[in-house]
Amino acid sequence: MANLHIKDIYKNFGKTEVLKGISFTLNEGEVVSIIGSSGSGKTTLLRCLNFLETPDRGVISIDDKVLFDGDANIKLDDDEIRENRLHFGLVFQSFNLFPQYSVLENVTLAPKLLKKGTNEDIEQKAKQLIEQVGLTEKADSYPCQLSGGQQQRVAIARALALNPDILCFDEPTSALDPELTGEVLRVIKELKIAGRTMIVVTHEMEFAKNVSDKIIFMADGIIEEIGTPQEIFENPKSEKTKHFLQNSLERI
Amino acid sequence: MTFLQVTLFLWEGFKLSLLIFAVTLLCGAPLGLPIAFCSMSKFKPLKYITKVFVWIVRGIPLMLQIFIFYYAPGLVLNIPISRNINLFFLKNFGIENMGMIVPVLVAFAINYACYFSEIYRGGIESISQGQYEAGYVLGLTKFQVFKNIVLKQVIKRIVPPMSNEIITLIKDTALANCIMLPEIIMKAGELASREMLVWPLFYTGVFYLVFVGLLTIILGRVEKKLDYFKA
Repeated sequence: MANLHIKDIYKNFGKTEVLKGISFTLNEGEVVSIIGSSGSGKTTLLRCLNFLETPDRGVISIDDKVLFDGDANIKLDDDEIRENRLHFGLVFQSFNLFPQYSVLENVTLAPKLLKKGTNEDIEQKAKQLIEQVGLTEKADSYPCQLSGGQQQRVAIARALALNPDILCFDEPTSALDPELTGEVLRVIKELKIAGRTMIVVTHEMEFAKNVSDKIIFMADGIIEEIGTPQEIFENPKSEKTKHFLQNSLERI
Repeated sequence: MTFLQVTLFLWEGFKLSLLIFAVTLLCGAPLGLPIAFCSMSKFKPLKYITKVFVWIVRGIPLMLQIFIFYYAPGLVLNIPISRNINLFFLKNFGIENMGMIVPVLVAFAINYACYFSEIYRGGIESISQGQYEAGYVLGLTKFQVFKNIVLKQVIKRIVPPMSNEIITLIKDTALANCIMLPEIIMKAGELASREMLVWPLFYTGVFYLVFVGLLTIILGRVEKKLDYFKA
């Protein structure tokens, strides 16, 4: 079971209010896509969930376990933050693979350091994950020898190695050449079929429409609209959503 | 004096140069790391004190620093300069006035540690935040991230500037003769005044050249070894 509850998340950077009360629920096995223009707070939200940023207010909980409560006034120590982070995986826009390690080592590094099993088990599991993202023959290559799409697939395998409850993607295809986005999106789609709970920040509208159970449209730090892909793409209620979709789907 | 005799005579001096080189590297390189961390500290007073310290050490001539460490114990603390310190590693260097080498070693180690610290700082700060964050979201501690992810990338980036400093260091050891420590150029000067032989003074250059050649090969290998990845 892993149902994520997010309630009233606020985050300021200095005087700039980036998140102004974000609440939503994500049930196990669901995929939610977050869309919206740059600066709407999508990435900050993901970073809050992965505890790379600490929200100013709000509650983050998984099932009945409260991971963060901004009103409780308890500062989480480093160990608690690390424990919380293990509930989430994050795939970055810029991959951030570790350049000095091979593909296999990138995937096994964290489980080995965190002693999540014997070395043989960890390696075997890593090989399965690498196979799952279709890179078995590249297991001994280094990141600099891979294309962007391949690197991002390794990053996905690396995030999966710790078996997080919820896998987050921060614009996973934005740094890729158009012809390479497909291979990454295909992997994400397969994960959806396998029942992974995922949050995907994306600009790929077609993809969001096809894989998501829910779409969140964010604007200016709030959730402007939330609904099924049909509701959002075919029947948007808010003017801002309509405007955004019009601009994104415009064919030039 | 025969060529061989001159060579052996100068070699006695060059052994001292090599000693200063080795001790400076072995003490200065590790010492540079805490200095680098202090100068990046989020605790402002520590950061600025460190920066002022580095500014002073890099800002005044190394020769002057040798004089400071040579004279200050006597002038300020009234500790006589011991001419008979018995340091085990000096036994083979045939230095009568062994005590004189201590202020030289201290000055060199601190001076080079400050230069190294700035190279380390530059290297560490050049690693993208994404590398740290990728480690953190995998649940690793700050120390694990630094040791297992960042460090090797830093090393790769600092090898070229470190090579430069290391090559400068062997030549800087000649400064030790400002307090009459008999390193190789001092020895050659001795031949010039005592034996009326000037050519050994120029011959000392060969010692430095050979050693720098060796260093270049070794450091080049290190660089090559880290060539397998891009960072």
